[in-house]
Amino acid sequence: MQRLQTPLTPEVIMELRSGDQVLLSGTVYTARDAAHARLVKTVLAGGELPFPIEGAVLYYVGPTPARPGKVIGSAGPTTSGRMDSYTPELLRRGLKGMIGKGARNQEVRQAIRAYQAVYLGATGGAGALLAQRVKAAEVIAYPELGPEAIFRLEVDELPLIVINDIYGGDLYSQGRQAYLSCR
Amino acid sequence: MKFQWEGRAIRQVPAEKITAVVRELCLEANYRLALGMPEVMAEAAQSENFPMAKEIIKELQANAEIAWAESQPICQDTGMAIVIIELGQEVQITGGSLYLAVDEGVRQGYEEGYLRNSIVGDPILRRNTGDNTPAFIRVEIVPGDKVRIHLLPKGSGSENVSRLAMLKPAQGVEGIKDFVLETMELAGGNACPPYVVGIGIGGTFDGCAYLAKRALLRPVGEANSAQHIAMLEGELLTAINGLGIGPQGFGGSQTALAVHIETAPTHIACLPVAVNLSCHVLRHEVLEV
Ligand code: SF4
Repeated sequence: MQRLQTPLTPEVIMELRSGDQVLLSGTVYTARDAAHARLVKTVLAGGELPFPIEGAVLYYVGPTPARPGKVIGSAGPTTSGRMDSYTPELLRRGLKGMIGKGARNQEVRQAIRAYQAVYLGATGGAGALLAQRVKAAEVIAYPELGPEAIFRLEVDELPLIVINDIYGGDLYSQGRQAYLSCR
Repeated sequence: MKFQWEGRAIRQVPAEKITAVVRELCLEANYRLALGMPEVMAEAAQSENFPMAKEIIKELQANAEIAWAESQPICQDTGMAIVIIELGQEVQITGGSLYLAVDEGVRQGYEEGYLRNSIVGDPILRRNTGDNTPAFIRVEIVPGDKVRIHLLPKGSGSENVSRLAMLKPAQGVEGIKDFVLETMELAGGNACPPYVVGIGIGGTFDGCAYLAKRALLRPVGEANSAQHIAMLEGELLTAINGLGIGPQGFGGSQTALAVHIETAPTHIACLPVAVNLSCHVLRHEVLEV
């Protein structure tokens, strides 16, 4: 299994192929629908983003509140497709990785190739398990959005799988075909 | 407490009691799977032969175990609080509004349980209400003097891929199957398969959607009591699992763990069909007052 460290570099991204299982460590930023709307509005207005976007990895998650003594509550992925309309603009600005679940649209898949990025899947509905890999969590922007605020997370060996790579690979179609042809 | 009204005994249930029960339901439902789920998951882990898919199902089982052991919600989407109340007609709720009592229970349960607030008060303005209220409440009046309260925390992922169609009666069972399979195709891996598929057939436009939701309350894997419907459930389960979508959508034989159908009488010109999907994190608790 390949180990990845944030920020992601073009060299590392070139190595990744859809279907690869990876362990990601480092800093990731959470963002869901409402945060995406604000991020894109900010960049289009020429404003400053609340985190360095070059090489950054976004995790589409709205965690549950942490119990006392815990770093975070449950923290699994939300459906990525809802972020599709915002994603190409962020990729254009240097975003390199996205973590979520579910298929991306044509435009995002093209932008992933054009801007040399990667779309990674985390297991949907495994939020209690994934939370164990989160070592630190802090709200860095939009606290008024509650669970949709942007958190900076420090993750250690977050288990992920490459869904869309820069070569046009797509695990959803490939995985299904592989299963149907071996059945 | 009971009193006589026109010769019948009426049982009084304080609204506070409803609040306490709903709070308790919230504190239980989010950390464990619905009745029957662990068993169908175990069967799926057994029968799945595609390596990646098998690994994923085991991961989901491990997640459920961690959730229970550590009191972490099984999924971070602790959902809309769907509350279905079977209200005995010999019951009178006293000391406050039934609906507000339920909301108060949700408010308390979601806060104390470290559950996520996932509700916006207005669909256009989209401001989070901050306490996961309001609950989404349906009341069914039933015979007797008991109150049975179901809580189904329902995530948005699987709610968003749910659909309804008003078919022509001529389309019949084939039309129903086509619509269900098309819905599964569109859902793909987006809503955390393996799914439990709730289906409503018949009734009205709105009633059919509710039948589909109600179908999710049945213990998972239990067949409909009408034989022709139970057969259709079996046929649909086989057809859905033939699609090859698989756990998480990465391919496999376990796209759905169960298909539950509920039916209702309908108009001579109508054949409504609704599909309300649940992800593998199907949560449902029930308590009786
Ligand atoms: S679809 Fe279900 S398992 Fe997936 S994120 Fe939503 S609630 Fe959780």
